[in-house]
Amino acid sequence: MNDTEALLELRQVSKRFVAPDRGDDIIVLKDIDFSLRPGEIVAILGRSGCGKSTLLRIICGLTSASDGQVLYRNQPVSRPVAGISMVFQTFGLFPWLTVLENVELGLEAQGIPAPERRQRALAVIDMIGLDGFESAYPKELSGGMRQRVGFARALVVNPDVLLMDEAFSALDVPTAETLRDDLLDLWLERQIPTRAILMVSHGIEEVLMIADRIVILDSNPGRVKAELAVTLKHPRDHTAPVFRHLVERIYEIMTTTAGEQWATGISHRLPSAHVAQLLGVLDEISHPVHQGHADLSALADALELEVDDLFPILEALQLLDFAQVADGDIRLSPHGQAFLDADIQRRKMIFGEHLLKRVPLAGHICRVIDERPGQRAPESRFLRELEDSLSEAEAERVLQVIIDWGRYAELFAYDYDTGVFSAENPGEEPEEA
Amino acid sequence: MRNPPAPPVIPTGFHPPNLWDIVLLPLVFGALFLLAWGSHQMAAPYQFGAPLPISLDPTLLPQYALRTTLRMAIALLCSLLFTFVYAKAAVSSRRAEQILIPLLDILQSVPILGFLSITVLWFVQWFPGSLLGPECAAIFAIFTSQAWNMAFSFYYSLRMLPKDLYQVANLFQLSAWQRFWKLEAPYAMPGLVWNIMMSVSGGWFFVVASEAITVSDQTVLLPGIGSYIAVAIDQRDLLAVGYAILAMLAVILLTDQLVFRPLVAWADRFKFEFTESQDTPQSWFLELLRRTQLLRMLMTLPAWLWQRLRPVALVRQAFRLPLPRLRPWPRPASPWADSLWMLLLGSVAVTSLVLLTRFVLTEASGAEIAHVFLLGLYTLARVVILTVLASLIWTPVGVWIGLRPRLTQRIQPLALFLSAFPANLLFPVVVSFIATRHLNPEIWLSPLMVLGTQWYILFNVIAGAAALPSDLKEAAANLRVRGLLLWRRVLLPAVFPSYLTGGLTASGGAWNASVVAEVANWGSTTLVASGLGAYIAQQTVRGDHPRVALGIAVMSLYVVVFNRLFWKRLHAFAQRRLALD
Repeated sequence: MNDTEALLELRQVSKRFVAPDRGDDIIVLKDIDFSLRPGEIVAILGRSGCGKSTLLRIICGLTSASDGQVLYRNQPVSRPVAGISMVFQTFGLFPWLTVLENVELGLEAQGIPAPERRQRALAVIDMIGLDGFESAYPKELSGGMRQRVGFARALVVNPDVLLMDEAFSALDVPTAETLRDDLLDLWLERQIPTRAILMVSHGIEEVLMIADRIVILDSNPGRVKAELAVTLKHPRDHTAPVFRHLVERIYEIMTTTAGEQWATGISHRLPSAHVAQLLGVLDEISHPVHQGHADLSALADALELEVDDLFPILEALQLLDFAQVADGDIRLSPHGQAFLDADIQRRKMIFGEHLLKRVPLAGHICRVIDERPGQRAPESRFLRELEDSLSEAEAERVLQVIIDWGRYAELFAYDYDTGVFSAENPGEEPEEA
Repeated sequence: MRNPPAPPVIPTGFHPPNLWDIVLLPLVFGALFLLAWGSHQMAAPYQFGAPLPISLDPTLLPQYALRTTLRMAIALLCSLLFTFVYAKAAVSSRRAEQILIPLLDILQSVPILGFLSITVLWFVQWFPGSLLGPECAAIFAIFTSQAWNMAFSFYYSLRMLPKDLYQVANLFQLSAWQRFWKLEAPYAMPGLVWNIMMSVSGGWFFVVASEAITVSDQTVLLPGIGSYIAVAIDQRDLLAVGYAILAMLAVILLTDQLVFRPLVAWADRFKFEFTESQDTPQSWFLELLRRTQLLRMLMTLPAWLWQRLRPVALVRQAFRLPLPRLRPWPRPASPWADSLWMLLLGSVAVTSLVLLTRFVLTEASGAEIAHVFLLGLYTLARVVILTVLASLIWTPVGVWIGLRPRLTQRIQPLALFLSAFPANLLFPVVVSFIATRHLNPEIWLSPLMVLGTQWYILFNVIAGAAALPSDLKEAAANLRVRGLLLWRRVLLPAVFPSYLTGGLTASGGAWNASVVAEVANWGSTTLVASGLGAYIAQQTVRGDHPRVALGIAVMSLYVVVFNRLFWKRLHAFAQRRLALD
């Protein structure tokens, strides 16, 4: 096998889930084509819910693709294979095994004799900076040290391909940066035999610090939106103008949407954003520094928001016509300005008006409540409607969002215990003493 | 300061009765009528020793089932009251805690049916000429099978209650009464509800066993399913046994649907968590109650009475004491009071030991005491072997089920249901088989001991396997850990802590069941397996109280020592090493 031939190749990979009631399937991933070549670090970037973690699990054989193929060294992957190992976001360490036993587990599964196992595990533990902790249990370690065990365990089997599923996002910023730099050093100095790394992340800067190539995924359904080669030399400086330029370029790509910004039907996937978050972002844009017009990367920095948190907020602001987002910039709309300037009661009114005008689901719920005797309607009714085109979990999430928004705007009341929507004001329900 | 009493709560706006009202109201009134009738029957006049006619007519079974259920309900209420008082007392003072909690531990290990023979005469003397005496004895036996673990659960919840909530309660000057109902009881509710379910499961066993009381060669048959089956055994009527089993199945199914599911669904709101869990418990009956307009108004009645009733108000007043003034902390330790306290405890312990020994020695010789200990070894061997066998069978099955979420959803309620079914109802079926085939009772009676309790192992192992986090499963798959290595390194350690809970319950239940399982009758045939349980049962029938006391004491000792040396140590190990944090 020569060095230019792909280690991993994805051909038209799709993932669908069967909707229980209707014939139409829910598509999570659609026609993913891409290849991983020796010597490169590739990052898959996308918002939450774009199926990037599912993609990683398909690649390493933990779940199967609905259509298409994953080839590893020209062999289709249909179950976990020896050459691909993974580092998990939540570490995935066995709490009843010591650091050493956790690291040895993969070798044990391969049937390697005990003395060799021990020696190889100790060598990796040493390399990754865990020596002294061999006999510790995971619960005794800090998050950063736990993830080092995760890396040691993945690396000890000498994998060709190392997959990282949001490997740094459960760690605090300084810890994540240290671990990332250590890993990058091992890679650059060729201390690990790993031939390629594929990482999934939602951190734009994190990805730009290490990746040679970035694949940006679109969501609903997840498909490749753009590919970007990063030719910056290591060590990279995240304050350098070239770097900042790339950050903005990625924001631009990620905010270019092909579709309509209006909610098209009642089962529009409402973004998970709270009203307080919307106000926070609007407040920041209207700050004199920005004057109603801000750079997304600057906004993310100022509010210390990750892409995963920021994008749902942006989407909600656009949906409600409080702001426009284009080419990596956000601009406050006149409505947004009015909403921001109003007092608490007036804000609720404006929010309610926009909700009814722009979000069909809100109007639908209000109409149904109105038509029913006793002005009450069970949530199961709406969930069933949503599940026609959304998965069960997604339908519940969307309903959660509209409950939160509707309660704020006082469009309707919702009783958690009974799961009933009503027109009554909350608090008038009989309560036991 | 006193809040004005809240006005009676009336739902806003009158809602016309809906369909559910029409279905439910007759149900409610019917239940009230049955309750009144049942309690009236309980106080019927009765002379101790007079035979109570029990008929094997299956049409009488609903009536018997009702009486059995009523006993269970009363015992449960008593247990609840006991739980509140005992647990509150235990957390209120360090000295009380020092006695009450170990005491609870020992009480848990006393064979419950042993209690019955000693207490029944006492209760009969209390209510001369009334059926209430034997009724109370039976209810007391059920109470002893339910109360201890409920009290433990409540005690632990109170100990775990977050400090900041207490501080809030004190800051707002809640009285002890308010604090109990607004803070402590709700916080403990999910754990308590779960333990109530477990208690009732165990209680069915004893409600059935305690209805046919044989003391001093006199048999009292309290009308109920247990007596029905006792008569059926006496007449070798397998068909009647079948009817009784069906009736019990119906009772358990009904209580599960009408009481426990609604209770669990309702208690879910008290879970101390700020993130909503995905799977909230569901109950069609609770939905029905919540959707029924008239019933909702009816439900506000107890709340209104609670607010207005004089006795409740008086109790409330009593608890409305000013909060204790702050004292310097740490309080200066008083070595004097402490040693005095220890001295007092020590002397009480020594005195009781001396008294018990003298009581026992009036009848039994030293050699017999040694023999009883030997019998205890036989029963211990049975308990150990059967618990091991049940574990070997149900652990792999439980893991296999627990790793399949869909299957778990279906099997889990079934396992819970099976553990609630009183296995002693099935004994006649097995015993008639052993008797007709002339099998060796020493061996073949033994499985009866775990017949009912093995399900706890299955149930807990399923729960443990189902709780295995998906990232651990994926990590194992990614490292290609399979076969024996997977069981050794991943699956067994993962389910071990929950297995222990199941194993402890199963072995404790087996000790308790030995009293009814080691001696079995089928008509005039009596099968005996030598062991401590048989000894207690036989001495009870003979009314030999010193020997019964000896048997109970020895069995408690065995259980306590066995639990301390084995289960508790394993449990501590599992908590330290294996717990998922």
